[in-house]
Amino acid sequence: MTGMNATQPITRSLTRRKGWLGRLFSRSILPRVVAIAFAILFIVPFYWMLISSVKSPQEGTRVPPTLIPETWVWQNFSDAVSFIPFSLFALNSAIITLGITIGAVLSNTVIAYGFSRIDWPGRDKVFYVCLATIFLPYPVILVALFDIFGKLPAFGIQGSNSWVNTFLPLIVPAFFGNPFYIFLIRQFMLTIPRELSDAARVDGASEFQTFWKVILPLTKPAVTVVGIFAAVAAWNEFLLPLLYLHEQTKYPLAVGLAFFTSEHDVSYNLLMAAATLVVLPVVVIFLLAQRFFIEGVTVGGVKG
Amino acid sequence: MSEASPAIPRVRPARRRMGAIERRNLRLGLLFISPWLFGFLVLGIFPILYTFYLSLTRYSGLREPILIGAANYQRMVADPLFWKAASNTLFYTALAVPIGVVVAMALALAMNQKLREVAVYRAIFYLPSILPVFAISFIFVVFLNPGYGLLSYALSTVGLQSPNWLGDPSYTIPSLVMIAQLGAGAYALIFLAGLKGIPVELYESASIDGAGPLRKFFSITLPLMTPVILYDLIIGLSLALQVFTPAYILTGGGERAAGPDNSLLTFVFFIYRQAFQFGQMGYAAAVSVVLFVISLIIAGIVFRWARGWVYYESVR
Repeated sequence: MTGMNATQPITRSLTRRKGWLGRLFSRSILPRVVAIAFAILFIVPFYWMLISSVKSPQEGTRVPPTLIPETWVWQNFSDAVSFIPFSLFALNSAIITLGITIGAVLSNTVIAYGFSRIDWPGRDKVFYVCLATIFLPYPVILVALFDIFGKLPAFGIQGSNSWVNTFLPLIVPAFFGNPFYIFLIRQFMLTIPRELSDAARVDGASEFQTFWKVILPLTKPAVTVVGIFAAVAAWNEFLLPLLYLHEQTKYPLAVGLAFFTSEHDVSYNLLMAAATLVVLPVVVIFLLAQRFFIEGVTVGGVKG
Repeated sequence: MSEASPAIPRVRPARRRMGAIERRNLRLGLLFISPWLFGFLVLGIFPILYTFYLSLTRYSGLREPILIGAANYQRMVADPLFWKAASNTLFYTALAVPIGVVVAMALALAMNQKLREVAVYRAIFYLPSILPVFAISFIFVVFLNPGYGLLSYALSTVGLQSPNWLGDPSYTIPSLVMIAQLGAGAYALIFLAGLKGIPVELYESASIDGAGPLRKFFSITLPLMTPVILYDLIIGLSLALQVFTPAYILTGGGERAAGPDNSLLTFVFFIYRQAFQFGQMGYAAAVSVVLFVISLIIAGIVFRWARGWVYYESVR
């Protein structure tokens, strides 16, 4: 005991003066109660989604509602997938997500390299302009962009003459970088010692070889964060596919579910089963890559 | 930051023309950032200018746009639905942003406690913020149902009469605000990083001076967190003015009215309907310009106001 006290001398003796009851209160009981209360509030809607998705339609609309399902109708999930064209929507979502993720990873690493590992006059001023665009409200240019993409020829891709009603307006902009992702990777690249680049140059490596063989392998954690963020954002996006896609066969899950439920009489248990299936991949990615999410958000915020 | 400042070349006495190395670096730097530069000009600057132009035209998206001067703006002033959308959006922003900051701060304080299970809370608070808003909105359509929804049942068990959240025009925006709070976890993580950056010595010396937990929060934590709060405010305002997806889902989407008494008609919802349901691209562009200007004005006001309360360490 005495040994442990010696490691944290000041705080220990100060809190001890308050007496053990007061310490218990301020140290863990009250914070824990608040934390648990918030945790319940944050879990309840998803608990409701889960149990609604396994209730029978009769039980689902009963007043007052049952908090634990009397009958567990797992069939709701297979019914949802077969009644709603779920696998088609999911395939479209997957294609769009994959395209956007590839675009984000390729473009933002190259751009961040130009903003961090090469000293060119005016670089930091241009970077501040890039950062400032984070604050631009994107919907402001929706109308203009739609019109522009409507005039670009698609040469019959997905059976369309223009980019409208194809995946192109959703995927291609990802290849031109995103200020937030550029910032994330740039901050990471700035921490890599300059000597590594110098050594590569002395060995006769071109700038691109230095980027590809020396810096990029060391930037993997930041690139992973950007890849995950971009993938989740693409999977979650609603407004853009709603605007650009005009045929049900091209809808991703976001628009597909909204459209299908407004056109057909879908029992809400099936809708909740579908929502569960939509949310599931994101939850799995989060559980597998929790560390990357937490780090990514934190880097983005600290000196914002 | 120190590595970023190009100090060495500047120190050199003569500021003649660029050296060979500098010229090479400029060429290479621009080459590497060229994807962003192209996107910035073609998918950023040009569409903004084009929006201004379209706002002065009558344009359905099919035939050529016809210049009609400020007629779209005059029409907007006289359009009750535009004012409805403006007041709905501002009402939502005024509620969602301050509540969001308070909730995020509370979550961050909870995550900053020395509790053994704190990683569990962190995961629970953060996870909803990365789940798709459209799916969460579907959940809330069910969750808020006045009959079989869980919330009305929970309120009734404590003797409260639940409002008709999605049917009563004065409760639809509060429903949106509620949905937005599930995203507070992302901001809470940013706050948490700020909290962890506050030196422990400050709290220790405050304790010696006899400060209680409340006093410590308002005299140490809050002032030192102001830069992060400002960041949250600016991002939050920008996103709140753009709110669309939950409003669209809660109304059941499509061609019907935007919620009871158009109470869920937001700015972007209004732009969406005018441009893509009614073919009024010119009018929608004019509303976009107004949204752009309002966003800039509000951000400007907040930045100026923040000068009075944001604490920067370097000033010390």
